[in-house]
Amino acid sequence: MRNRFLIQLAVVLSVGGFVTAAIAASADDFKAAYAKAEAASKKALAMKTGWLTTTKELKAAKKAADAGKFDDAVKHAKEAEALANASIAQSEEQKKLWKDAVIR
Amino acid sequence: MLRKCFIAVAIVAGTAQPLLAASGVNPEADRKAFVKYFTEKFPKLKLKDFVNGPYSMDEDLYKQWVAKEEFPPYEFTLEKGKKMLATPFKNGKTYADCFENKGVGIRQNYPKFDPKRGKVITLEVAVNECREANGEKPYNYKKGEMAAITAYMAYTSRGKPMSIKIPDDPRALAAYKKGEEFFYTRRGQFNFACSSCHVQMAGMHLRTEVLAPALGLMNALPVYRSKWGAVGTTSRRLTSCNSQVRATPLKPNDELYRDVEYFLSYMGNGLPISGPGARP
Repeated sequence: MRNRFLIQLAVVLSVGGFVTAAIAASADDFKAAYAKAEAASKKALAMKTGWLTTTKELKAAKKAADAGKFDDAVKHAKEAEALANASIAQSEEQKKLWKDAVIR
Repeated sequence: MLRKCFIAVAIVAGTAQPLLAASGVNPEADRKAFVKYFTEKFPKLKLKDFVNGPYSMDEDLYKQWVAKEEFPPYEFTLEKGKKMLATPFKNGKTYADCFENKGVGIRQNYPKFDPKRGKVITLEVAVNECREANGEKPYNYKKGEMAAITAYMAYTSRGKPMSIKIPDDPRALAAYKKGEEFFYTRRGQFNFACSSCHVQMAGMHLRTEVLAPALGLMNALPVYRSKWGAVGTTSRRLTSCNSQVRATPLKPNDELYRDVEYFLSYMGNGLPISGPGARP
């Protein structure tokens, strides 16, 4: 009885997982992810410390979204946001650290 | 009373600090430290050899450079630049009306600080400002006509010592400091500063290339690069270096690029102009 219950539970959970995986990203998900990434990229560029790879990922996100591939588009947008945030962190860290490299 | 006035004036004069010292910025001390660092790192080189960059680092490369100078790859660019310098604008004026000594033998004075506008003016910016003041379109900062005319202007200054002035003006000192900061700040996804290659790794290989020391780097610009198959300007070198470390390059005449050129050129003061250079 107990084993039967456990098997039924396992089946329900695995079906649930499959359904979850099958829920694709939507255009709205992409728009939200892209807006966050673009905002971070603009901040980095305004600091004059942007990275080329951030721009490349933003372009890839747009291209995937235009092709209706929103999973890919969201993935690229999140990568772009991560890169932009990394470039901002680098810039802020370097404001203090650059002096350590100076020849005196 | 007069005696007391004299004493007061003497006290004030004696304690008055020049702006340079008061600000803690001492470009000349920085330059001496810079020269000491590189001459100790490369004891076999004479000071003037640093302007040849990688070609002074390696005996085989030096022989290649000597052979190249017999028929320099920038020769046609020089002829073009010479012609351009002498050709009048549509309004009849020429570059001679904008530059001291008609633009000949003056490259070593650039970049210079403009006290009226409070900013650094590079030779490239000065050329384009001359053009625009005379109703002409500005040149692309990175190649073509700009490379040709600045190459010729550098050639007319060959052998003259780099002679950058940093006046006792807080804005000039600030520009120098910003240039220094840019030079030593890591950037791009590869997290490289200009100093990463041209100080820490100077003389070492990066793939097939020998990295030039920062001392004397500006003295050889603009430069014919075999990789470009043409002469490229200082702006081109700065933007391409930034791209190579995956940093988004700034506009070619951005204030930060002008400031780093100001800083690095000052570091090369006293060393001869060797431009236009030829590099791999």
